[in-house]
Amino acid sequence: MNEALLEVRDISVSFDGFKAINALSFSIAEGELRAIIGPNGAGKTTFMDIVTGKTKPDAGEVIWGEKNVSLLKRQESQIARLGVGRKFQKPTVFEEQTVYENLLMALDNDRSPFAVLFYRHNENDNQRIAALAEEIGLQDHLEKRSGDLSHGQKQWLEIGMLLAQEPRLLLVDEPAAGMTLEERQKTVDLLRRAAQTRAVVVVEHDMDFVRNLDCRVTVLHEGSVLAEGSLDHVTENQDVIGVYLGR
Amino acid sequence: MKGRVLCPFICLETNVISRLFFLLACLVIALPTQAQEGAAPSLKSIIAQNAPDIIKGSVRTAPPIIEALVDLDEPEALRFLSLWQEKSLWYRKADDQIFIAEEREDRTYELFDIATLAPVETLPKKQIKQIKPNSGLRALIDEALVISRLKNDDIAVRQEAVSSLSRLANEQHLAPLRAAIEVEPNQDLKAEMERLERFMTIQFGTSSEERVEAIQKASEDLSIETRANLNRIISSNIALRESVGDDANIARQVMPGEEDFSIEDAYQLLINNDLAEPIPTASERTQILIDNIGEGKVGQFTIHNLDTQKNRDAAYLALVAEGKAPFWSPGLSADILVEQFEFVEVYDEANAQVTAAAEAALKEIETRVAMSEFMDVLLDAISLASIYFLAAIGLAITFGVMRVINMAHGEFIMMGAYTGFVVQQFITNYTLSIIIAIPLAFAVTFLAGVALERLVIRHLYHRPLETLLATFGISIALQQLAKNIFGTQARPLTAPEWLDGALVINDVISISWIRIAIFGLSILFFVVLLFVLNKTRFGLETRAVTQNRQMAASMGINPNFINMLTFGLGSGIAGIAGVAIGLYAKVTSEMGSDYIVQSFMTVVVGGVGNIFGTLAGAVMIGFLQKGIEWFNPANTLAAQTYMIIFIIIFIQFRPRGIIALKGRAAGD
Amino acid sequence: MQGPLTQFLMKNPSVLIFLGLLSAFTMFAAIGSEAFGIGFISTSMIKTLGKTLCFCLIAIAMDLVWGYCGILSLGHFAFFGLGGYMIGMWLMYERTRLIVENSMANAALPPTPEEIQEAIGTQIFGVVGGAEIPVIWSFAHSLPIQLAFVVLVPGLLALIFGWLAFRSRVTGVYLSILTQAMTLALALYLFQNDSGLRGNNGLSGLQNIPGLDHVPQSHISLYFLLASAFALGLGFVIAKLIVENKMGNVIMGIRDNEARVRFLGYHVETYKLFIFTLTAIMAAIAGAIYYPQAGIINPAEIAPIASIYLAVWVAIGGRGRIYGAVIGAALVSMLSSLFTGGQIPNIEWGPINIVWVDWWLVLLGVSFVAVTLYAPKGIGGLFDIIKLERNK
Repeated sequence: MNEALLEVRDISVSFDGFKAINALSFSIAEGELRAIIGPNGAGKTTFMDIVTGKTKPDAGEVIWGEKNVSLLKRQESQIARLGVGRKFQKPTVFEEQTVYENLLMALDNDRSPFAVLFYRHNENDNQRIAALAEEIGLQDHLEKRSGDLSHGQKQWLEIGMLLAQEPRLLLVDEPAAGMTLEERQKTVDLLRRAAQTRAVVVVEHDMDFVRNLDCRVTVLHEGSVLAEGSLDHVTENQDVIGVYLGR
Repeated sequence: MKGRVLCPFICLETNVISRLFFLLACLVIALPTQAQEGAAPSLKSIIAQNAPDIIKGSVRTAPPIIEALVDLDEPEALRFLSLWQEKSLWYRKADDQIFIAEEREDRTYELFDIATLAPVETLPKKQIKQIKPNSGLRALIDEALVISRLKNDDIAVRQEAVSSLSRLANEQHLAPLRAAIEVEPNQDLKAEMERLERFMTIQFGTSSEERVEAIQKASEDLSIETRANLNRIISSNIALRESVGDDANIARQVMPGEEDFSIEDAYQLLINNDLAEPIPTASERTQILIDNIGEGKVGQFTIHNLDTQKNRDAAYLALVAEGKAPFWSPGLSADILVEQFEFVEVYDEANAQVTAAAEAALKEIETRVAMSEFMDVLLDAISLASIYFLAAIGLAITFGVMRVINMAHGEFIMMGAYTGFVVQQFITNYTLSIIIAIPLAFAVTFLAGVALERLVIRHLYHRPLETLLATFGISIALQQLAKNIFGTQARPLTAPEWLDGALVINDVISISWIRIAIFGLSILFFVVLLFVLNKTRFGLETRAVTQNRQMAASMGINPNFINMLTFGLGSGIAGIAGVAIGLYAKVTSEMGSDYIVQSFMTVVVGGVGNIFGTLAGAVMIGFLQKGIEWFNPANTLAAQTYMIIFIIIFIQFRPRGIIALKGRAAGD
Repeated sequence: MQGPLTQFLMKNPSVLIFLGLLSAFTMFAAIGSEAFGIGFISTSMIKTLGKTLCFCLIAIAMDLVWGYCGILSLGHFAFFGLGGYMIGMWLMYERTRLIVENSMANAALPPTPEEIQEAIGTQIFGVVGGAEIPVIWSFAHSLPIQLAFVVLVPGLLALIFGWLAFRSRVTGVYLSILTQAMTLALALYLFQNDSGLRGNNGLSGLQNIPGLDHVPQSHISLYFLLASAFALGLGFVIAKLIVENKMGNVIMGIRDNEARVRFLGYHVETYKLFIFTLTAIMAAIAGAIYYPQAGIINPAEIAPIASIYLAVWVAIGGRGRIYGAVIGAALVSMLSSLFTGGQIPNIEWGPINIVWVDWWLVLLGVSFVAVTLYAPKGIGGLFDIIKLERNK
């Protein structure tokens, strides 16, 4: 097994006494595609919050990359610049702005205010944006206000923005929610393609979607890892069956 | 026979000379009264018998007469004594009969009977003569009058005597006062007399021990009067060491330049003692230069060159050299001169034991006053905190529970206060009017709140910043509307009589009953709201809507209705707060804006979403403001400035307030 | 080959339109003025127009920070006032110095520098019972330094306050309340007599420019109108350059979804701080041009209510479009001065007697609520409708 890209060790966090994450350990290697499943309240979203710096855990460590950088002391924007991209459950694109502008903002350029203030449009960036639009199938909508896109298109635009960031790790929260079957298949393809060059973690409820991803699966329950392995392996696990069917 | 009863114990407490004197007085007074045993003496008879002595007015012969007159215990007799003392009595040269006289035209005087005040006759001035008692005798009469008034049967007269004594007492009053204390039946007046006696002993006591003892007793008293009396004992002057004798009661050595004793003061002392010449000031020197201008020059200096201090000094020195100006040199400064002398602070009071005791007593009083003041500030802070709590609690409900910011909250407070004012226009009984005003204010502002929620806020639930602005528009309109209806001047909201005055704990600590009532009201609100939100169906539904609107709706709760009621409740409470605040502050159209920022601060600092937070916020802000004011009492504006800065910094450390909700429920 | 400026202007014709209208307006004012033209516009009207242009400039600042960046600041009038104070210090000091030197010129002895200082101190601070010139007036004699202070003092205050506020992630209504508290604190501080800025007397006589006593007010007012127009034009172009660029995308992103921008790797706090400080400086410059035209500045001008009116202007004009802010500020402030100045005839219908001086604020408040509810895009929204019609 290769060197871990992200390693989460023994993290715990509680809100007003409720233990959202309980001694969770998890690691993902460079270029790996991983699905996380689990019932409601298993701590999937909180786990993402911790990795991306939104929530600070009460205990534990989050280690990143070859240099073993701790992410706990970093701000969200720093973590993002280190190479962690995150897609939210609800499609969150900037609806007032065009697809082009959304992608431009996400492009992996200097993020300091002065660089942004004196930014000049250039051919190189335009080509990168065109390529990304092609990838997410929005090449014909570049000048469209992104609020006017369909639900599925917004999801892809968001994934496209994540790709534009050139992250080494993509955290994707329920990408298939509210999509048509056809859109789902396109999304699966998109994620599988993305995982060829970077690590991708997908949190999903939908078992068919997970099956199509065809990757290693981690099952979370009450803030800890319940099982890990191929989808077939974990669905045969008695504990997992208990959790999903037992109540 | 009062005279004889009185004498012995007066004698006990006075010095030897007066003891002898009174013994003599007792003997003398005994003679005429005993001689007339059987026939009761009257004013007329006493005066008639003693007329020559009264006219002569000798300190030796007068006392028995005075005593006899006092013993009569008649207003006429006392009036006679005052007139005697005021030199308002005259006698007819023909028969030495004594009258009151009033000047008429042509140098004639109309005479009146001393007892009945009936006019007797009018005589030319040469036939009558004024009776002029000397100062010694006048003092004796004065003392006798005080004694008699202190022992008067009418408590009002005694009270009057005590208060006049406290204004202008001298050492002769000490003995009669002490005597009066022994027999005073009224406990309050007796206490007052004892206090006065203490002050007088401190000032006029005959022995150091007596005075020191009185001072030590006084140190238990925090009143301003006591402090003033003690301060009078330690009043002092600063003087040159060599100008005061060795027996002077020196407080300490002082250095020029200390507080209250500047170099200039010290130098002035030297000048007064002919030890130094005045140093010409810069402006005096300039004036001398001007006086010596001749042909555009001062000496050899042309005028237009004299636009720097350096050149002016040079010109002045030249004048000094010529002898045309008082001596001065650039190095000459008062500091160096005064350094060669010693200065001391000398008490006016010569007795060192007494001054030392007074200093110690004052120090003790100061400590206790400081403690009391601290208590007073604490009470003030509690009171302010309860006002902030009242003003903010309605807001805490609308902002905290519904996440809706209502900039018109202050105007609801104002509406409540004006409701109270209007009620008082119709119902003149203040108690009744307040009892009616409170529920009415609640009703008025409740309806206003419901209307605001239905008409405006309902449409803006997902645009919080715009709610802020829209309610601000309401706030401008309501404020101006109130101005148009009620005018710009402050309207009174009068508290019932039983809320007048203050609870006085000691001379420093007092708290007005209105503030106590507001404190009580805050506690009541706190308890009631805690109950309503935590123990009732309404509270449960409110919390459900707060936490998850959809879920609540799916469980049969009507979120719109709950929101409307919650907003109405918050506004209604603002109305009641308005009545309470109106009782203690002025009712104006702008009163709401005085409280709105503090109210928001209270909610934000306390932590949004629970009543305990609001309480904590109100307590913190109230105590903070009073605390800052305590350190800088002259400047309440600065106190508010610093408080706000403190709050901005506080939010750095606890962005969610003192009592913060954690986790996802806190939202973003 | 097109330069970047031409490109920018081609992409944003509204800039050219605005600058054109502004120039036309200025020309019109100059021709109508008493100073150089036919004189049908009174000097006080020229001043009102010039002041309105300054309001438009601060409204642009407000639109940038609120309409584009989503920070509803209720404190920008504090920066406006501070800018006014900074320039007012120079105006008042230098003018007092000239007067004092003039009156002392006839003294028997020529005055020393110390005497002049003392006389100036007494003149300026006599009303608050002082004669000493406070430390903060140390540079009041120097126009360049005070001009630098116009930018530096409010800029620094905005920087410190913004750093504290944004760092602790105070957002939304909390931030608004906090900015309002800052304004209140500043106003209360300035109300004190020992603030060094003459307490509630404020600074006065600012319309008299030191050394220009021989120039009539009709001329000076026109110069200031030109300066206001120039500053407004510049402000408009700068604002446009910011919002029509990637910077605009980022700050609008912050307005619409702060967290998302953060996860894109932008340090949101720095961006907010940049915009907050930049707009504070714009406001300060507007104030520095405004108060010499107003003639007097006192702490009441800084009171929180002024900043809220600013929000009202921008909201009525239309947020998120620079020209909307200009329209709102111009319209509402002009209407306000017409109504409260008694220029609108009062209504008398039998028992109903509406005195506009009394009812203007009620009207404003209610119409503001109506705009918020029914026309969230403000007057600028009308232009959208026109545009849509034309595209059909």
